[in-house]
Amino acid sequence: MINFREVAETNAMIQKENLDVRTITMGISLLSCISSDLEELNRNIYDRITSCARDLVKTGEEISKEYGIPIVNKRISVTPIALIGGAACKKPEDFVTIARTLDRAATDVGVNLIGGYSALVSKGMTAADEMLIRSIPQALTETERVCSSVNVGSTKTGINMDAVRLIGDMILETAYLTRDRDSIGCMKFVVFCNAPDDNPFMAGAFHGVTEADQIINVGVSGPGVVKTALEEVREADFETLCETIKKTAFKVTRVGQLVAKEASKRLNVPFGIVDLSLAPTPAIGDSVADILCEIGLEYAGAPGTTAALAMLNDQVKKGGVMASSYVGGLSGAFIPVSEDQGMIDAVEAGALTLEKLEAMTCVCSVGLDMIAVPGDTGATTLAGIIADEMAIGMVNQKTTAVRLIPAYGKKVGDQVEFGGLFGYAPIMPVNQFSCERFVNRKGRIPAPIHSFKN
Amino acid sequence: MKKTIITVVGKDTVGIIAKVCTYLSENGINILDISQTIVDEYFNMMMIVDTAKATKEAAVLSDELTALGKEIGVIITCQKEEIFDMMHRI
Repeated sequence: MINFREVAETNAMIQKENLDVRTITMGISLLSCISSDLEELNRNIYDRITSCARDLVKTGEEISKEYGIPIVNKRISVTPIALIGGAACKKPEDFVTIARTLDRAATDVGVNLIGGYSALVSKGMTAADEMLIRSIPQALTETERVCSSVNVGSTKTGINMDAVRLIGDMILETAYLTRDRDSIGCMKFVVFCNAPDDNPFMAGAFHGVTEADQIINVGVSGPGVVKTALEEVREADFETLCETIKKTAFKVTRVGQLVAKEASKRLNVPFGIVDLSLAPTPAIGDSVADILCEIGLEYAGAPGTTAALAMLNDQVKKGGVMASSYVGGLSGAFIPVSEDQGMIDAVEAGALTLEKLEAMTCVCSVGLDMIAVPGDTGATTLAGIIADEMAIGMVNQKTTAVRLIPAYGKKVGDQVEFGGLFGYAPIMPVNQFSCERFVNRKGRIPAPIHSFKN
Repeated sequence: MKKTIITVVGKDTVGIIAKVCTYLSENGINILDISQTIVDEYFNMMMIVDTAKATKEAAVLSDELTALGKEIGVIITCQKEEIFDMMHRI
């Protein structure tokens, strides 16, 4: 029988330490919607999404009430739209009509974000892929809830540098088009290397072509819970530290597993995966950076940060895998800047730089995330930063991603405000030396060799 | 049997248990176990109840108990047992 102490522990995690299920994401395949007629395609997409996800939000809220666990977001991911729209779209504006349809469907079923306005171009771009990428700035400007991603590289194929270069331009254009709202459009776009097919987290969620018709994926959270647990073992050795993280990660993930199974049963949609990520929010105490500080760093970014993060990430996975029958998605500690008050503090204190963040991404998921850079950063510089991060993913056989916000008209020392879960971000300085000649080379970087590991 | 855990936390006052129990009996909920303590004038109670014959849906019970808590001035949570089982039992 459950005892008093266990109940109190669970409820303290929920009420005081921000334990929540970050998202229930329903993946929906749109392959059956394909048509060469644009109007029909849009109609099919709208009908498919609104019928599949009709009860998603209501079910999420019911589960939340019955188990007393907040489920913060209910979201949808769809098949990459470049594949769906290829037959009907003749110009980038045609793709934008699909973005509007996704936005309308998301609004009507009540989900706050819908992901999958995406293209997978790790080796090459089809005409449709390129049109979709070119339509992203307009699509993100004209819609509220649509999230977009492009996979530009993988360990098996190398990095498509033509796509990277194009994305550099496109991010700047998105920043310009949404300049009156702190370049907020860029927040809804992420570029990937080795993008997973079953990621429930935005902005990078899409429903991969390897997936079934419909699927439920769940992302848990709980940096605050880990931090509180670590406060109890402040002077302990590494073994104790690691055990504590593992046990906590187990408990957090179990809640995700419960919610995922329950949502899957009630919606009659197969359960896909639980994503083990430690996802921070701007709420005080819900911070991955604070965990690093609790482990023993003055600020995130201090020497030792990469080692501490590597250990944290590994223990979270070790604890989490036993708690769920299927683990997938991004699964690791997230280190977004704007969504994590401890990260923001570290940047403002001068402890954390873009280069240190890049090093940190070598040992955790997912990459350079929610980082605001000066508005006058050049497209080739953005492309260079993206290429660096993609190379880390490619060589280390891991998922990496970049979500940069070159805030229009802002410079180092200013701030951008995104609101809600997305928080605010100080503008971070960018290395001023040029990579133009490198980025402007045509073609792709070949896939790396996987022997002679050094 | 459908076990649900109800917890009540807040400043101690007259009639907390009475009000919660009245609500439960009016809604066909059987109490299996109660444990309760006072820590620094704060009332802490945990009940294990059976909602198999409850006259209302679990989500409605949870909402109404939350509202009842506000009326009394305490925090009442009502959660299905599985969340604790999942977290604390392998």
